[in-house]
Amino acid sequence: MNLTLKVWRQSTDSDGRFETYEAKDVSTDASFLEMLDVVNDKLEGEGQEPIVFDHDCREGICGACGFLVNGVAHGPETGTTICQTHMRRFSDGDSLTIEPWRASAFPVIKDLMVDRTAFDKIIESGGYVSVRTGAAPDAHTMPVNKHDADDAFNAATCIGCGACVAACPNAAAMLFTAAKVSHLGMLPQGQVERYERVASMVDTMEEAGFGACSNHGECEAVCPKGVSLNYIARMNRDLVMAKLKGL
Amino acid sequence: MILDGKCPTGDIEEAWDKHRFGIKVVNPSNKRKFKVIVVGTGLAGASAAASMAEMGYQVETFCYQDSPRRAHSIAAQGGINAAKNYQNDGDSVFRLFYDTVKGGDFRSRERNVYRLAQVSNSIIDQAVAQGVPFAREYGGLLGNRSFGGAQVSRTFYAAGQTGQQLLLGAYQALARQIGLKHVVHHNRTEMQDLILVDGQARGIVTRNLITGEVKSHMADAVVLATGGYGNVYYLSTNAMGCNVTAGFQAYKRGAYFANPCYVQIHPTCIPVHGEFQSKLTLMSESLRNDGRVWVPRSKDDVEKPAGDIAEADRYYYLEERYPAFGNLVPRDVAARNAKYVCDDGLGVGHKVGGERRAVYLDFADAIKRDGEDAIREKYGNLFHMYSKITGENPYKVPMRIYPAVHYTMGGLWVDYNLMSNVPGLHVIGEANFSDHGANRLGASALMQGLADGYFVLPYTIGNFLWSERPEPVTNDCAEAKEAVAQVKGRITTLMDIKGSKPVDYFHRQLGKVMYDKVGISRTGAGLKEALEQIPAIREEFWKNVSVPGKANSLNPALEKAGRVADFLEFAEMMAHDAHDRDESAGGHFREEHQTEEGEAKRNDEDFSFVAAWEFKGVGVKPELHKEPLSFDYVKLSQRSYK
Repeated sequence: MNLTLKVWRQSTDSDGRFETYEAKDVSTDASFLEMLDVVNDKLEGEGQEPIVFDHDCREGICGACGFLVNGVAHGPETGTTICQTHMRRFSDGDSLTIEPWRASAFPVIKDLMVDRTAFDKIIESGGYVSVRTGAAPDAHTMPVNKHDADDAFNAATCIGCGACVAACPNAAAMLFTAAKVSHLGMLPQGQVERYERVASMVDTMEEAGFGACSNHGECEAVCPKGVSLNYIARMNRDLVMAKLKGL
Repeated sequence: MILDGKCPTGDIEEAWDKHRFGIKVVNPSNKRKFKVIVVGTGLAGASAAASMAEMGYQVETFCYQDSPRRAHSIAAQGGINAAKNYQNDGDSVFRLFYDTVKGGDFRSRERNVYRLAQVSNSIIDQAVAQGVPFAREYGGLLGNRSFGGAQVSRTFYAAGQTGQQLLLGAYQALARQIGLKHVVHHNRTEMQDLILVDGQARGIVTRNLITGEVKSHMADAVVLATGGYGNVYYLSTNAMGCNVTAGFQAYKRGAYFANPCYVQIHPTCIPVHGEFQSKLTLMSESLRNDGRVWVPRSKDDVEKPAGDIAEADRYYYLEERYPAFGNLVPRDVAARNAKYVCDDGLGVGHKVGGERRAVYLDFADAIKRDGEDAIREKYGNLFHMYSKITGENPYKVPMRIYPAVHYTMGGLWVDYNLMSNVPGLHVIGEANFSDHGANRLGASALMQGLADGYFVLPYTIGNFLWSERPEPVTNDCAEAKEAVAQVKGRITTLMDIKGSKPVDYFHRQLGKVMYDKVGISRTGAGLKEALEQIPAIREEFWKNVSVPGKANSLNPALEKAGRVADFLEFAEMMAHDAHDRDESAGGHFREEHQTEEGEAKRNDEDFSFVAAWEFKGVGVKPELHKEPLSFDYVKLSQRSYK
């Protein structure tokens, strides 16, 4: 198939712009990133700089990849990342607009690559259980209700790609933060620091320049792991408790 | 030279405890005086860095990804072994130890493996305390499954995302230490060289992948946790960025590289679909429990749709060749036979590079027998993944599979303290060679990475630091300046070639030679050919590679070029090792050495040793050093499955 790509090109010290590229004879079996590899091979052959995008595992689990295709984070396929989207999902002659996550907390580094270290800062401010190596009791000391364990696991499947932020009209990082707050807050091991954790992580989230949640639900719709919006409600309840405790 | 792994002697059950008591301990107030560099922040690196920072050391960490949370440990699906015996099925530390030594085909160190089995239980305790959401039973206790043919259920798991959950646990422990400013972390920064001062590893040279800045970082000890070298095959299940540069540059500075020929090839991966394929995806081999593997009997049928091939014209080669085990033969046997039938021109699926490299994995009989719902219940997620990637419905047409490189057992040589022959240079996780021998058991990679990082290195590194008490060094020392200049020089050389072929062109060529000659099945003659072909590709690379863009800015082509340049030298060492190991063992199969049943046939008389290679110059055969292996607790035996 043949496609027309309108790709955002930007280097750190310049304003960005869209450039148009023709992708010819694309295999329908190729993944979206493999299609871009082919375009890049051609650009390199012509002495032009390739389109820069983050990627690594190409199995949909590392969370490195991600950009908007025709305005949708990770493209038209739901419940997956752009690296696991294949070209058979598109039609011959399609025109695709490809642009980076748009959020002031995620500055563009180059082309489609953005800086997501704000997510790491949120985790560093409380997204853990404070347990030193070697200080753990036997794993069976504390049984965990299977329902809670499964629910905590579902929250913990977040891959930290940032699609939720990109899709949100407020560029909020609520789904990302709530996923970690809920994962740890639902397990007995996470109870001791439960309220300090949510207060600290939400503070860091706001300081990083992410917006607030206004219940659009766009985040859940584009999340490649289907992390539920319910976790945001859960985090807000914990946050209220934290405030009542004066944290 | 005969190498000494410095294993403790005496009763194996008490060896690690006694060893820990015997080695030097750094007192708490002195720990903060020492600085340790950790390169790579996957399971091994993140767990080691967090643990050492908790103990009080100054730690500086580096990863090429944009966050430690993205290391390729994250992609491990199956699970993690531990000798908890929670299922009351007779598991024990000794049984896990025994299975691991046997699974490694008697090419690992007994005492290292025993220690691994001993600390396995602490890993599970640690992970649960961190909030790792392992699968649980309705009573609230942890669930286990049997994995990779083990006779006991000792594998802990979190759906098909065990690696992700364990990595996030280690990442969060690391993030806590970064937040507390006990660890200084550098994202998007790749190690390019090792700095030795007075023969000790005292620093590294890095390139900042965003700005292109090349600089040195100094410390009292260096830890490499930089993963495996599977991408030497171009296509593998590794992440795109995985590379051997850190370990290989350490090798060029004098560290020995052990057993590079031991590579694990996984039999059930989704086959290559086109020339521009960038990576391979693994599917759980549990699929072979119900799927039947076949190819057409005749070359004339390979292009026909599978459904048009009559039952009599189908060659169920595993069932015919191995009637007792059939489709459930061990990983390496399944992988080799898929290669052989495709070599004979019976492969199916897409023609890539002029040949078809795939075999059918057919569920039609299982669906007829158990119903589609039962199959969906068992394998639904795998079938879904397959259909998403291939666009085919495996409930209606057979899957196509082919083996792919998955894990590398070889790595930098280390002693019992996980220190290489270069004082101060410690190596952990997949990057070292120590525990898996010639083959790795399923669910043992996560165990070894975390054992090294949480429970071994943080103790043993103190022995080096307190015995040596290294003198302070700065970035201004001659050794650091020399290493920085050398890295800059290499980058300039790569940029100045201005050839006509992209980096991937050479990487693909190298991968083809490696799969053909140093892959699933090897021969002395084939390895000799590889030893001629690899230097030829390397020579062409240095004449004709094209690296566009600038050296002092973000430049993915330059990153790849540096990695591939190292693979092109490393591959030659692998071929030497595979050639000189004139026996079959585990993942290393030499066609000249097989039993009548087609099994790997070891030669314990002549090859019961670790092969550790010393760099002698590019294109020059490295020098072999042997570490003899002895087996006092597990009796040497030949595997048989008939």
